Amino acid sequence: MYRYDEFDAHFVSARVDQFRDQVRRRLAGDLTEDQFKPLRLMNGVYLQLHAYMLRVAIPYGTLNARQMRRLAHIARTYDRGYGHFTTRQNIQFNWPRLKDVPDILAQLAEVEMHAIQTSGNCIRNVTADHFSGAAADEILDPRPYAEILRQWSSLHPEFSYLPRKFKIAVTGAPHDRAAVQVHDIGLQAVRDAEGNVGFRVFVGGGLGRTPMVGRLVREFLPEADLLAYSEAILRVYNRYGRRDNKYKARIKILVHETGLEELKADIEAEFAEIRDGVLRLPSSEIDRIAAYFAPPAFAAADGDEAVLEAAIAADPALAAFAARNVHPHRAPGYASLTISLKPIGKAPGDATAEQMEVVADLAERYGHDEIRVSHEQNLVLPHVRRRDIPAIHAALAEAELAEANAGLVTDIIACPGLDYCALATARSIPVAQRISERFAAPERQREIGDLKIKISGCINACGHHHVGHIGILGVEKKGEEYYQITLGGSADENTSIGEIIGRGFSYDEVVDAIEKVVDTYVGLRETPQEDFLSAYRRVGDQPFKEALYGTA
Amino acid sequence: MAARLYRAGGFVADEWTHLDDEAALPAEGAVIVSLARFLAAASDVPQGVRLAPFVKAGDDPAQLAGHLSALDLVVVDFAKFSDGRGYSTARLLRQRYGFAGEIRASGDVLLDQIPLMRRVGFDAFAILNEPTLRALEAGHDVDVPLYLQPAERAGEVPAGARSWARRPADAQLS
Ligand code: HEM
Ligand code: SF4
Repeated sequence: MYRYDEFDAHFVSARVDQFRDQVRRRLAGDLTEDQFKPLRLMNGVYLQLHAYMLRVAIPYGTLNARQMRRLAHIARTYDRGYGHFTTRQNIQFNWPRLKDVPDILAQLAEVEMHAIQTSGNCIRNVTADHFSGAAADEILDPRPYAEILRQWSSLHPEFSYLPRKFKIAVTGAPHDRAAVQVHDIGLQAVRDAEGNVGFRVFVGGGLGRTPMVGRLVREFLPEADLLAYSEAILRVYNRYGRRDNKYKARIKILVHETGLEELKADIEAEFAEIRDGVLRLPSSEIDRIAAYFAPPAFAAADGDEAVLEAAIAADPALAAFAARNVHPHRAPGYASLTISLKPIGKAPGDATAEQMEVVADLAERYGHDEIRVSHEQNLVLPHVRRRDIPAIHAALAEAELAEANAGLVTDIIACPGLDYCALATARSIPVAQRISERFAAPERQREIGDLKIKISGCINACGHHHVGHIGILGVEKKGEEYYQITLGGSADENTSIGEIIGRGFSYDEVVDAIEKVVDTYVGLRETPQEDFLSAYRRVGDQPFKEALYGTA
Repeated sequence: MAARLYRAGGFVADEWTHLDDEAALPAEGAVIVSLARFLAAASDVPQGVRLAPFVKAGDDPAQLAGHLSALDLVVVDFAKFSDGRGYSTARLLRQRYGFAGEIRASGDVLLDQIPLMRRVGFDAFAILNEPTLRALEAGHDVDVPLYLQPAERAGEVPAGARSWARRPADAQLS
């Protein structure tokens, strides 16, 4: 993984000192809250319902055991003993005190971490496929490019006061696990016929109150042009993005209102001016950064598989885990392993300090010291030898981290909602917990199969409900929480925005309604292999409407 | 209260005055006028008068392209510090149109934004904000002189191995 050199170390620790000074000036009254706000957001500090929240970047979701232990230490020392992993490959601490934040940032800097640009109207933490460098279907590891983008976008002098937040995601595989088409810029790495690396570039995807799928603006952007082209997009956005209404300020609205062809022409014109300038990436530099991400030395042996198979035959819990939470790896005898942060009935994405330490230990002992955070709010050990899976599973089970539900109905994404969030109009975590309890039986989950439920506590859509196979949006109606259900959303290479099925349901009714939708799907699918999305795309919304609202 | 002008590390007297669109041009002197008025008047400026355009967020600096070689100053307005369009304006003036005169930030100019402004090409700051004035007077520099992207300020040099990192020529990585 990427390691800081002297420059990076200075950069991050000097930024901590800078923020310490800003906090001091805020407390001394030299900065008003309005003036301080973008500065603290730039350092990941949000003002929440009950307290400040600190959002720490985990660039492209990659971290090592030492970093995970430091997160555990921070959770224990400055928070209430746990942290919350989010859909943006970040971790959030919900209870730090403002005066402690500079110390927390200093502790992060010691392990090459920071909270820079995890909030605010700037270029946010760059995200990537959580199986990067490991997945069997990967064309190339996208993390070197994500790292280059992370560096270029850090404290960018021209783009720190954008109209609105700006999110970039990168994937290196044809099957998109990074949801690139719902980001402001989505990059899909590809190779041309000669083997040269480039990117398919999507612009203007986003969720929030106006969900939009990103539009393809480049079929093949050569890797050398990555920064120049990004700068061209950002300049066009910074100059022309709307600033009169924050709900219309994302680049997706600019794409929509300007028209794709005209905006593309603007971007290309800007790009033509700067493409041969200093931002052109030398291949030697790309190679140098890529060397940090060289795969570890894999060492599987004959007989590994027999060890795993024997253990699976003897242990049904392990068998269930292996069936759901183990993913194909590019190296023979290896696998990537999902550690579910969705135990039945718990808040999605939460992990205690002790659990973080268990994961750190396992990564060190069995996983080449690598951990990933997925945008599905789970953790991943990307490189484990298959014969070690039984031992890892046993250790996870002891830490209550062995839920065998990756990708199943109880693997729910939910935003913080009314329990924490100042903008929320409804609870989302308790809805996730109740759905999880309703579908708790493992056989039933397995019978239902792959299903993505996503829940947001308001129209800002932090829980990605628009791209859930089943999406749930909490709204407020006459002082009561109501839940709107959308069906047919998806955030993979066939991204689609879910459609509202009909009137919403009360807090008490919503779990029954979800169960009806799921049962309807199970009843009408042609084979058990036809997943929810395929079935929905085949039959449309009518059967679900009938199940929910009757035929009248 | 009038803004005070900060340039090259110190406060200096300002020879330029702002002129409303309704007011007549003086017989001589250096005046800052709106971009529209500047464009209308640029072709026949009276002897002894120097004009500088006041460019608002949303104004297109390309309109100045043909005039820049005759200009000493362009003022870029920040009506709100959180509106970042002025950063692109300054950068285009330097990078695209090769303007070598003074680019002055004016309006809601605050201590923590000055380092970013310098890097996109601003070299003077008309400041109203009291705490910012105090801090600058006390020599309180909030810049972190390590940068991860090339920009427009003269005198920055590559830092370390990567092609996009920069530092000021006079700052050492200690
Ligand atoms: C708890 C306090 C939070 C607040 C106040 C908050 C606020 C917002 C707002 C206002 C938007 C809409 C932005 C727009 O469309 O312009 C948004 C979108 C979003 N937020 Fe949050 N959020 C919070 C927590 C989270 C969490 C925990 C996550 C998970 C990492 C998250 C991830 C997202 C995502 C993925 C979007 C959608 C981005 C898009 O529109 O494309 N947020 N958030
Ligand atoms: S979707 Fe709404 S309720 Fe949920 S975290 Fe975002 S802003 Fe808060």
